[in-house]
Amino acid sequence: MGHLTLTGIGKDYDGVEVSRDIDLSIEDGEFVVFVGPSGCGKSTLLRMIAGLEEISRGEMCLDGERLNETPPQERDIGMVFQSYALYPHMTVAENMAFGLKLAHADKSEIKQRVEAAAHTLQLSPLLDRRPKALSGGQRQRVAIGRTLVKQPRVFLFDEPLSNLDASLRVEMRVQLAELHRRLGATMVYVTHDQVEAMTLADRIVLLSSGRIAQVGAPLTLYHFPESLEVAAFIGSPRINTLPVTVIDPGKRRTGVRLPNGETLPVAVDGSRLTAGDTATLGIRAEDFVTPDTADALLQGRLGVAERLGYETLAHIDVDGVEGTVTQRLDRLACLEPRQALTLGLSGEQCHLFDTEGQACPRQVEIPGIAR
Amino acid sequence: MNPYQLIKLAKRIGFYALIALVMVYAVFPFYYAVITSLKPSSELFEVDYWLSSVDVGNYVQIFTQKSFVRAIFNSIIVSLSVVFIALLLGITASYALGRVRFRGRTTVMLVILGVSMFPQVAVLSGLFEVIRSLNLYNNPGGLILSYTIFTLPFTVWVLTTFMRQLPMELEEAAIMDGATPWVTITRVFLPLMWPAMATTGLLAFIAAWNEFLFALTFTLTDSQRTVPVAIALISGGSQHELPWGPIMAASVTVTVPLVILVMIFQRRIVSGLTAGAVKG
Ligand SMILES: Nc1ncnc2c1ncn2[C@@H]1O[C@H](COP(=O)(O)OP(=O)(O)O)[C@@H](O)[C@H]1O
Ligand SMILES: [Mg+2]
Repeated sequence: MGHLTLTGIGKDYDGVEVSRDIDLSIEDGEFVVFVGPSGCGKSTLLRMIAGLEEISRGEMCLDGERLNETPPQERDIGMVFQSYALYPHMTVAENMAFGLKLAHADKSEIKQRVEAAAHTLQLSPLLDRRPKALSGGQRQRVAIGRTLVKQPRVFLFDEPLSNLDASLRVEMRVQLAELHRRLGATMVYVTHDQVEAMTLADRIVLLSSGRIAQVGAPLTLYHFPESLEVAAFIGSPRINTLPVTVIDPGKRRTGVRLPNGETLPVAVDGSRLTAGDTATLGIRAEDFVTPDTADALLQGRLGVAERLGYETLAHIDVDGVEGTVTQRLDRLACLEPRQALTLGLSGEQCHLFDTEGQACPRQVEIPGIAR
Repeated sequence: MNPYQLIKLAKRIGFYALIALVMVYAVFPFYYAVITSLKPSSELFEVDYWLSSVDVGNYVQIFTQKSFVRAIFNSIIVSLSVVFIALLLGITASYALGRVRFRGRTTVMLVILGVSMFPQVAVLSGLFEVIRSLNLYNNPGGLILSYTIFTLPFTVWVLTTFMRQLPMELEEAAIMDGATPWVTITRVFLPLMWPAMATTGLLAFIAAWNEFLFALTFTLTDSQRTVPVAIALISGGSQHELPWGPIMAASVTVTVPLVILVMIFQRRIVSGLTAGAVKG
């Protein structure tokens, strides 16, 4: 079992609050990813769970048992570090066996567990090597193996892939997902990379300045962000934002005026807004529609076109909008330099955020995606 | 040969001439000591840069002196004890100073550095009282105590600098593996700190091996003396004769082990001394 509950967790460093009001319940076998910009307190939270940092406030329980005062090695929680932190003077096998040896486990038991872990992680031929003689990906697997042999109830990962190069990262990501599927253990994973978060997580916990901004399934955060912060962090390219004026707040449709004067009925509950408020309209790069089905149009000229092979990203200069608006186009889209383009907006596809950055709840159903 | 090549050649010759000069400057006194030690006393005052015949009489003479052999033995005991104690205390202290966050850590580090700058003479009388009251006068224990006092600051300082550079995550990984601080020190840090330990250990050994002032002050009888004092007290046939031959032989005898030690550890010393400076 590995059911982890955090209640009102907070952390101070010398009077500075770096983490606060963390309420979270992580189910047994769940893969939860903490994501957020650098410095938002992800590592701090993970290290509090591991026991490497003291918990200043709140309570942490594993399967109903309070763990705040339990030292790290007695928590039955394993951690994989960003720098791998392998013992340089020990072989791969010794690295993996170290924890078990200290726990005075049986020799044959140790051997059997190390071999099993090495088999799982395809490390069997490397057992006698020193970390120095391993590649980055192999070191990473040893670091995971070192945790694996202890068979902890909860696995913690602190940015385990950020020291690897891009292609290896993709490969390891798949291997991690595979490992989780096979072990069925509870895993908590920290990353600043939203792609890792989206692909690995059962549930994403998006942190911002030390508190939880939103918790939910990856696609829930993508389609139903509760704040501009979440909408901006999840998704690449970043969500487009336009300054708008509220003209007709409503429960199912909220009418706004675009920078070019056109009006757009956005499918959100804007009843807490008042006419005349400024607000921010959010629209993702792939959510523009063809002009004939659009509720409103924006005119612009092509700035830069990025051809990624499987798609094209058009960065468009729109009149009255600061910066560029990004549209996701077909991989073979025909584009001329400075070509005039028309962007079609549909009220169903847009997000609306108030001046505080809080989202107005969207009034659309997307099949298969829970709120 | 064109002028360019000539200049190059001249530069090269100048370079090697300079090296030769430095070598002579550094090595000549030692070389002359070796030569002197191998001359019979009759030829002692003939200035002579090459050895015409080898005479080991001086060596035979000092090694048949019981007090000198005893002094070498004392020196070995004292120096090794100092190294052992200094490294043991140094490692544990550097763990505390390098890894444990506590109030006043910087102050402690500065005090350690400050203490190491006092000249020996300044603490001589105070230390004498301490040694007397501990009943360690005329006892190698007294020397071990006083040398350790002077060696520890440097040892602690270097080892702390080194310890701070070991990645924090390494220690945390050990903690997650269930290691106590002692296990972390002995089974994770120690194997990584050999260069620093070899350096500080060797310097502590050399300092203890060559120390004269304390050794003279805190010992009384021949049987408790260490080598530097024993050499100084080698006496000649008469009051008016300084026995240069045996003195040189004794000096060479006690220096050669040091030279060998340094040669064995030289690569380690360099990596240990620069470790604090470059590797980030
Ligand atoms: N030991 C520490 N002492 C003081 N402040 C710290 C310490 N560790 C982290 N912080 C601060 O806490 C905040 C969160 O850090 P961290 O959890 O490492 O962020 P993240 O992992 O999300 O990048 C940062 O502002 C950082 O400066
Ligand atoms: Mg971090």
